[in-house]
Amino acid sequence: MSYPASRLVQYLLLAPLLLVAGCSTTPIQEGDTVEEAFFTPEQILGEDTGTYEDKQVYDPWQGFNRTMYRFNYYFDKYIFLPAVIGYFKITPDPVEEGIHNFFRNIQDLTTLYNSILQLNGEKTLNTTTRLLVNSTVGLLGFLDIASDVPRSDEDFGQTLGYWGMGPGPYLVLPVLGPSSVRDGIGQGVDWLYYNEVRRRTTSMETWQETGMDLLRAVDLRAHVKFLYYETNSPFEYELVRMLWTSKRELDIKR
Amino acid sequence: MIRSLGLILAACWAVTGWAATEPYGYPFDDPFVATVVGTPEADRAKFSVHVPTKRDSLTVFKDREVPDFLFYEARLRYSYALQDKPAPLVFLIAGTGGAYNGGHISAQAKAFYSAGFHVVSLSSPTIPNFIVAASRTSVTGHAVYDAEDLYHVMELIQAKLLKKTKITDYFLTGYSLGGFNAAYVSWVDSQRKRFNFKRVLLINPPVSLYNSISLLDRMLENIPGGVDNFDSYYNGIVSAFGKLYVRAKRLDFSEDFLFQVYQALQPRNEELAALIGLSFRFSSAHLAFAADIMNDYGYVKPKNVRFTRNTDPGVYREVVFRLGFTDYFHDYFYPYYKKLDPSLDRHRMVEDMSLKHIEDYLRNADNIYVMHNHNDLILEQGEIDFFPRVFGERAKIYPTGGHLGNMEYRDNVEHMVKVFTSALDGQPL
Repeated sequence: MSYPASRLVQYLLLAPLLLVAGCSTTPIQEGDTVEEAFFTPEQILGEDTGTYEDKQVYDPWQGFNRTMYRFNYYFDKYIFLPAVIGYFKITPDPVEEGIHNFFRNIQDLTTLYNSILQLNGEKTLNTTTRLLVNSTVGLLGFLDIASDVPRSDEDFGQTLGYWGMGPGPYLVLPVLGPSSVRDGIGQGVDWLYYNEVRRRTTSMETWQETGMDLLRAVDLRAHVKFLYYETNSPFEYELVRMLWTSKRELDIKR
Repeated sequence: MIRSLGLILAACWAVTGWAATEPYGYPFDDPFVATVVGTPEADRAKFSVHVPTKRDSLTVFKDREVPDFLFYEARLRYSYALQDKPAPLVFLIAGTGGAYNGGHISAQAKAFYSAGFHVVSLSSPTIPNFIVAASRTSVTGHAVYDAEDLYHVMELIQAKLLKKTKITDYFLTGYSLGGFNAAYVSWVDSQRKRFNFKRVLLINPPVSLYNSISLLDRMLENIPGGVDNFDSYYNGIVSAFGKLYVRAKRLDFSEDFLFQVYQALQPRNEELAALIGLSFRFSSAHLAFAADIMNDYGYVKPKNVRFTRNTDPGVYREVVFRLGFTDYFHDYFYPYYKKLDPSLDRHRMVEDMSLKHIEDYLRNADNIYVMHNHNDLILEQGEIDFFPRVFGERAKIYPTGGHLGNMEYRDNVEHMVKVFTSALDGQPL
């Protein structure tokens, strides 16, 4: 197991520990009794509280998740986004695109083993075609020659979901963002697989691997069109939680 | 007989040909469809320039205490794009619930930048960022207070930009509530004279705020089964969105996505109305909640309950989604401003929050122009007549377009830009 992978696993193990450190989600009450607001839940909602679909996302570690969500905002603002902006400044557009294609081609490896595990013939065939063409004629993936062949994104979280595993508690991972216990495990397995393939097919030094991983992270962030706290909703945490969870459900069905 | 028919036809053809040199080609006659679908990609104005948009933020009040729960809203965010030579500047104000970087305002910025203007994009005073960072009272929706707050922000941005570039003239525009704001900002400027706007353009503004918010609240009555079914309707929309996503072979959220959704589902008018109502309900809920947190007013959150950065808004969030703009008006907005001015009464408050309140100013200000639609959904029956009556030739009323549906249609964009460029050439329009 290479160094970065073990660190990811450490993070996953660390999550429940940080939870114990305690981040309460209850508001602070001043005084003995709660004053009545102009519109009270009893008056407006009556019996039917908690019927929103997005409230049905199982989120028992919300305190930890909200803290992590905020950590990710600061990480994004002070580290990730400046890195992406710097990367855009120093790299010519065609190179950026080539690098993006290169990492997408690598991602296709993950899609391939998961398509096989999901017994999906069509996706397996298409992904194999893409990999063979792009890795050779496409110069190690820098050119997406096989862009006419439909591309899909399959990961181990989806494979687990395909075989009937539920998402488990919602989980906001450091840096990686919204996930669930199932998808967190999936991300870990995909990462181990990726490292194993890389170790067997290349002879890179640790510093080279780390450099490649950092570049991959920057490339990934550059292609996610999301900015923290820019949804103009004071309920962004709930909104993201709902959209992410339903997106994953749909990804599994696709 | 046949000959006379032919003559009549010929006459009709001649008359139509003379009356309208070219018929208005915006594709949707129905105001609900227009409002939801907007303008299909093929009918939009196209610009090939790259707009060098810069995002920025500023501290408006140095001594403002920002509640923990909304810690990330401390600075007011906005964007600007400057020409590389001295140029006139356009301030853009977004509509209800709209931010400086939304779709409509970005399209406007692109059009004006392409025509050689510096542009500054401002969020609507109704969004939490403005409520927290830039509103003196944090109880927004007030014609005069919001205009003065916007004016203050514009002065701060002006000072920052003058260090970077030369500005030859000032222009101002806004759409929907932003158009209403623009009218009042222009009125404030007629007294303070910091900008002396060369021209001001109001796009689909409401006349009376109270009339418009009442209409928008009522749209949710179109929810199948009534407003009491809000939760299940909301859930239904979420899953409908999901199903479409699954059915689509490839998902890309291109600009035409809503149009394709519309073509696939062909929703009935009542459903479209409910959708429009829902989108405004999001705005009113966000507005009321942010205002409540800022002032500890006790609107939905009890006064002595304090939210931390980690607080789950839980049941209070559900309550605020059940309340509309009119609830906010009667049970927060009016009582709040009544405290500041005890002579105020409810009826006068409704009357004051209207363009009619500054009708004389608007009639005589020959630099203020209007673009509006005959079938705009936010106006009550007959309210559209206010514009030709007060602005005369300066009001351009399109036959169709609903609320903002035709805003990105090529004819509209061309007219919008021409209102400002013609002033630079010293032309009337």
